[in-house]
Amino acid sequence: MVPRESFDRDLRQLQKQLLVLGETVDEAIAKSIDTLAKRDLALAQKLVADDALINKARYKIEERCLELIATQQPTASDLRLIIAVLHISTELERMADHAEGIAKITLMVGEEPLLKPLIDIPRMAQKARDMLKQSLKAFVEHDAAEAERICGEDDEVDALYDQVYRELLIFMLQDPRTISRATHLIWVAHNLERIADRVTNICERIIFWVTGELKEIKVSKY
Amino acid sequence: MRLFSPEQSQRIAFSLLWVGGFSVVVIVLAIVGYVLVGGLGAIDLEFLLTPPRGGLAGEGGISTVIVTTLYLIVLTLAIAGPLGIAAAIYLSEYAPAGRLTQVTRFGVETLAGVPSIVFGLFGYLVFVLVLGFGFSILAGAASLALLVLPTVIRTTEEAIKAVPQSYREASFALGATKWQTVSRVILPSALAGVITGIILTVGRTIEESAVLFVTIGASAFRMPTSVFDEGRPLALHIYYLAMETRAFDKAMATAAILIFIILLINLSTGLISQRLARGTR
Amino acid sequence: MNPKMQIENLNFYYNELQAVKGVNFKIKEHQITALIGPSGCGKSTLLRCLNRLNDVISGTKVEGGILLDGINIYSPEMDVVELRRRVGMVFQRPNPFPMSIFDNVVYGPRVLGIKRRSTLEEVVERSLRDAVLWDEVKDNLRKSGLTLSGGQQQRLCIARLLAVEPEVILMDEPCGALDPISTIKIEELMRQLKTRYTLLIVTHNMQQAARVSDWTAYMLSGELIEYGLTSEIFTRPKDKRTEDYITGKLG
Repeated sequence: MVPRESFDRDLRQLQKQLLVLGETVDEAIAKSIDTLAKRDLALAQKLVADDALINKARYKIEERCLELIATQQPTASDLRLIIAVLHISTELERMADHAEGIAKITLMVGEEPLLKPLIDIPRMAQKARDMLKQSLKAFVEHDAAEAERICGEDDEVDALYDQVYRELLIFMLQDPRTISRATHLIWVAHNLERIADRVTNICERIIFWVTGELKEIKVSKY
Repeated sequence: MRLFSPEQSQRIAFSLLWVGGFSVVVIVLAIVGYVLVGGLGAIDLEFLLTPPRGGLAGEGGISTVIVTTLYLIVLTLAIAGPLGIAAAIYLSEYAPAGRLTQVTRFGVETLAGVPSIVFGLFGYLVFVLVLGFGFSILAGAASLALLVLPTVIRTTEEAIKAVPQSYREASFALGATKWQTVSRVILPSALAGVITGIILTVGRTIEESAVLFVTIGASAFRMPTSVFDEGRPLALHIYYLAMETRAFDKAMATAAILIFIILLINLSTGLISQRLARGTR
Repeated sequence: MNPKMQIENLNFYYNELQAVKGVNFKIKEHQITALIGPSGCGKSTLLRCLNRLNDVISGTKVEGGILLDGINIYSPEMDVVELRRRVGMVFQRPNPFPMSIFDNVVYGPRVLGIKRRSTLEEVVERSLRDAVLWDEVKDNLRKSGLTLSGGQQQRLCIARLLAVEPEVILMDEPCGALDPISTIKIEELMRQLKTRYTLLIVTHNMQQAARVSDWTAYMLSGELIEYGLTSEIFTRPKDKRTEDYITGKLG
């Protein structure tokens, strides 16, 4: 008999719950850019509505963490894991809020033609999603080194954001009538930049869980 | 101001205790030694296997005496044993806490302090005369049984009380009745104590003279063949030899045999207790 | 789902002293219910009412009812010996009999009249396996139960109890005399047992109650203050007195 077998099971269950939330959020990000590219207003509506489900899932995880702390007296890495899960679920939920924000912008833009074809923004989205997926993998594999590496990738996203911003700035300076449409796109890019930034927070929590060290890896430029 | 330092007091106490212990050993050895020295010479096979023939010279041996003693021991045990154990079980496990039980216990304690001659006279009256047993081993055994009953009850009760309450609870919790608990758990656990009590009884039987003086009769010529026969146990025989014959050496010899038997009893007590304790460890 | 046992308005007196006051609650089948509370709150007394072990103490009085599968255990229809077979108890200090391991486990069945050697041997193996002790003692069944370690002795007592095939298992501070590792083993065992039996555990150790139980009842001075899901009691108790006890603010 493994001592504390049921508690181990509970912890693994909790981690699974977190991964499921992570996958759901990843999908939400993908769909949000999709709605903008394809101007799929129906899908955007659905995305906004579904954010409530993500919030619910996150509260369930939080409730479970609370229960486990109250009833199982976790210590050491078990305790750090539960605290990490608590924080990561919050970050994931905020990321979903950003995706919801993108969907709302889609709804605002409506039928209006986009100021410019979407090139960098989808690249930002892809990069952010890659970072998220890699961080979830690092979580599963208990890999602090990988988590630290992923934080470095945020630079790419920041660089892309710079680029998008400068381009749109030029548009706005050249023709003030484009300001409204340009700011829409800037907001989308901003949301994506925030999403990538939150992934670095997740990585910090993974490092905390594995090594016990609480340290800030990367200070966002924005 | 202390008179002595702690180390000094310790040393003084130790010396005093040591002296006390040593004296006791010396005294015991002296008595036993005296008896053995005085009596060993008279012990031979003839002594052990022929009956006494009486007379001033104390002719004969002690065969009948030994046999009488054995009969006496067995019979007394047969009476006092079951009776005493049953009473002890009742008192400790079944009797309701209350006036009657308290009185009973008090009675038992009191009886334990009554001098043995009283039991002898009671036995003479009741067993020899009223019940018509006459002077007999039976009368002697019955009187002795009454004498040792309090001891048996007391030691058995102590042994039963020594069994942890947790065993009883565990047994009840498993659905056993009171009797099942007593017979399967409590008695087996208390066995060592009970046996010790029994053997103490036997010891008492052998050294008793007053009770037997008036109940068992005095004739030692014939080998007793039934419980209604007269007989003369070892302790009484020593008295007779010493007081009514000139065969002092034979008295000593009988005493030596007696001491030897007591030694055997004590040794076996130890062995049996050990064996039982190991069985339950 | 009908509760396995139900306590209805139970009052219990040790002569003049009232130890249990108007307690009402249900014990659910195949769940672990914990009874917690400060010393002297009446939880052990309550537990011992459930298998009528308090009957052997003189001067006690019971009012109210305790139902096992709907039948009052104090009614004449209920045979006490049968009750104690169905509702077994594990005590704080492991109390194996001074007999061999084998004889310990078969004590209950023998008392019930089972004599056949083969049956008894099966019972011993089954019970020792269920108590997760078989592998450790299977080659030494003749050894005295007293030679085992504390944790093993407690599992032996559990095996002894399982041998009579109870329905409810009452545990009175079962880990009180054990070291932490043995405690955890017994707790795991309890989780395994709950699939087949109903467990009720009295414990001083709040953390243990939180770890192991599904339902928790909090008692204070003979009264039942609060009863609910363990996760609820330990995260958001409804009664302030419960909260004070759990957070350690009560004396």
